Amino acid sequence: MVVFDKPHALTDAPLHYCPGCTHGIVHRLVAEVIDELGIEGRTIGIAPVGCSVMSYDYFNCDMIEAAHGRAPAVATGVKRSDPENIVFTYQGDGDLASIGMAETVHSAARNENITIIFINNAIYGMTGGQMAPTSLPGQVTQTSPYGRDTAHCGFPIKVCELLSSLDGPEYLERVAVNNVKNVKNAKKAIKKAFENQVNGKGFSLVEVLSTCPTNWGMTPKRALEWIDEKMIPYYPLGVYKDRSAEK
Amino acid sequence: MAKLTFKTEKCKGCGLCVDACPKGVLALAEDKINQKGHHPIEAVNEAACIGCAFCATMCPDCIIKVER
Repeated sequence: MVVFDKPHALTDAPLHYCPGCTHGIVHRLVAEVIDELGIEGRTIGIAPVGCSVMSYDYFNCDMIEAAHGRAPAVATGVKRSDPENIVFTYQGDGDLASIGMAETVHSAARNENITIIFINNAIYGMTGGQMAPTSLPGQVTQTSPYGRDTAHCGFPIKVCELLSSLDGPEYLERVAVNNVKNVKNAKKAIKKAFENQVNGKGFSLVEVLSTCPTNWGMTPKRALEWIDEKMIPYYPLGVYKDRSAEK
Repeated sequence: MAKLTFKTEKCKGCGLCVDACPKGVLALAEDKINQKGHHPIEAVNEAACIGCAFCATMCPDCIIKVER
């Protein structure tokens, strides 16, 4: 009996991510959910700009490459033109929380019936480890070599908390993928985010605390521990909005 | 007993599966190098495997197949 194998919605292409980067885990979780819901044939993914810019090579469904930060706007168009499509975006923190903040907030406020998978690794990975809107206070990056100085650079953006103040979004949850238990919880959240769309409920966003061993300057194992020690205390896990549970 | 199959050539040697395994089944093959230039994963004690698939759950590159 096969206990575990690669999901069909993931292609055989080798991932270009660095060793130990948890992008691969989240890709797999999304693919597993697409398999389980049987929606591969009508799913359209929107790829962002960032490390996951080439995720169109890895998902077996149709994919569209959006301009930097504009994935929710593209997803809005794809979904509205044919609501039978299941549309998801896969975005990093530099894409969603910085240049794409307007698109993110407004698609949430409009309660667009789309699913957003938001990878928060507190750094710009693809461009070489610069400070991101989500970099922690005191975090050393290429552009904050003495640590993020909040007097000069301001404070990180907590996307789930920010969006939860809106009346629009249906479902917001923050999860992590730094151990087996958290990965299983992350899959449940991603599945719910897709099910919400299938059931026509509206805007669902799952924020995934992810690692960037290369730009954090850590081993993959140490990076997983760093999520527990530094990221989860600043970005608490949990459900930030679930309108179906409120009713 | 569980059976493990690895797509060794796609392994990047990050070792997340080694740490996830509760039974110490896995290790990086220090004497082997794959086409990517990494020491790939190998089962050093497959008889102890209980087929929990924790290794595959943590593998970012989806190279592990677990059968039971």
